[in-house]
Amino acid sequence: MAVLIDSKAAMEPTQHRFSPYAMNGGTVVAVAGDDFAVIGSDTRLSEGYSILSRDVSKVRNVTKACLLGSVGFHGDVLTLTKMMDARLKQYLHTHGKEMPCEAIAQMLSTTLYYRRFFPYYTYNMVAGLDKQGKGCVFSYDPVGSYERESYRASGSASAIIQPLLDNQIGFKNQSNVDTSIPMTRERVRDLVRDIFAAASERDIYTGDEVEIAIIDKNGIETVRYPLRSD
Amino acid sequence: AMEAVKQGAATLGIKGKNYAVVVALKRASSDLSSHQKKIIPIDEHAGISIAGLTSDARILSRFMRTECLNHRYVYGSPLSISRLVSSVGDKAQTGTQIMGRRPYGVGLMVAGCDETGPHIYYICPSSNFYECKCMAIGSRSQSARTYLERHKDEFKNVEDLNELVAHALPALPDCLPN
Repeated sequence: MAVLIDSKAAMEPTQHRFSPYAMNGGTVVAVAGDDFAVIGSDTRLSEGYSILSRDVSKVRNVTKACLLGSVGFHGDVLTLTKMMDARLKQYLHTHGKEMPCEAIAQMLSTTLYYRRFFPYYTYNMVAGLDKQGKGCVFSYDPVGSYERESYRASGSASAIIQPLLDNQIGFKNQSNVDTSIPMTRERVRDLVRDIFAAASERDIYTGDEVEIAIIDKNGIETVRYPLRSD
Repeated sequence: AMEAVKQGAATLGIKGKNYAVVVALKRASSDLSSHQKKIIPIDEHAGISIAGLTSDARILSRFMRTECLNHRYVYGSPLSISRLVSSVGDKAQTGTQIMGRRPYGVGLMVAGCDETGPHIYYICPSSNFYECKCMAIGSRSQSARTYLERHKDEFKNVEDLNELVAHALPALPDCLPN
């Protein structure tokens, strides 16, 4: 049966189509604490089985209290960030203050949905401090559906990382677990570092370096750790 | 329209080696109202101070902001001040030539910094613009202009920002009423 189908396929005319998208890999993880937020990404940019760069971070500062992490098709990531930068500056000029995190989250959603029928091929995350000063994380799909969460992994290794976050930060599927362990910045940072190390073992698109940014009311602190280069 | 500038509160601009500074006298129309905002940021590398019709200034500053934003978006670099100023001049010129339109009744003192260093430009309601070493506009600004003319060589090589501002401020008190 299979042989019949194959030879039939060879007879039919094929049409080569230009794909406007490419998959450039990468992973972003974000965690919201009580008065801080942490967002980390790997720095590898790939295409197919090749590495395009080992030093491209997927997380960008958009304001003093907010960061945007985007993975997917890097061309759309760059354009989307340029667009967001311009819109943020417009807000600053017209309102006289920086855009709050929840407003950035809503604006990103509408920006993505404008392109509902030719989407930005990007998986986004917004992390920062909300108006009350609590940490917040918003995660998106390519057309702008978004939700505020306490933690999320997105990108090529998201399926590997998300269950680990559920277990370690959400304390899910553990019995007799002590949930009173304080979620400090250092604990989350070290956890994110280990999570990326674990993801790099199994996901070929994740590796090289992990850049972790910690946002709190004092500002944004960024730190890089090496990961596997293979 | 040039009269509108002469009625507005004084503002002046000077430049040093690394910085361009605009200083403005904020006037309150009555004891009850707040002082009129005179200095409007345009982009990270440019700002303006206005004298004249504030509403016209809002339109022009919105135009300048979008020009700077567009340039940054397309070319990834800040718009040079001379180009910014000439695009404003071109826009303002239509009001002086087309029937049924009126000129923008505001003088803009543009301060900015680009690859060629700091710049001060003055844009008239006539849509003429002038690059200046230093300039003062608005009501009672003649005394400030005289002060600047006398002292202009003192600050042209100043590198420190606070020092430059300290050179600009003494010119203003002469522009106060009484």
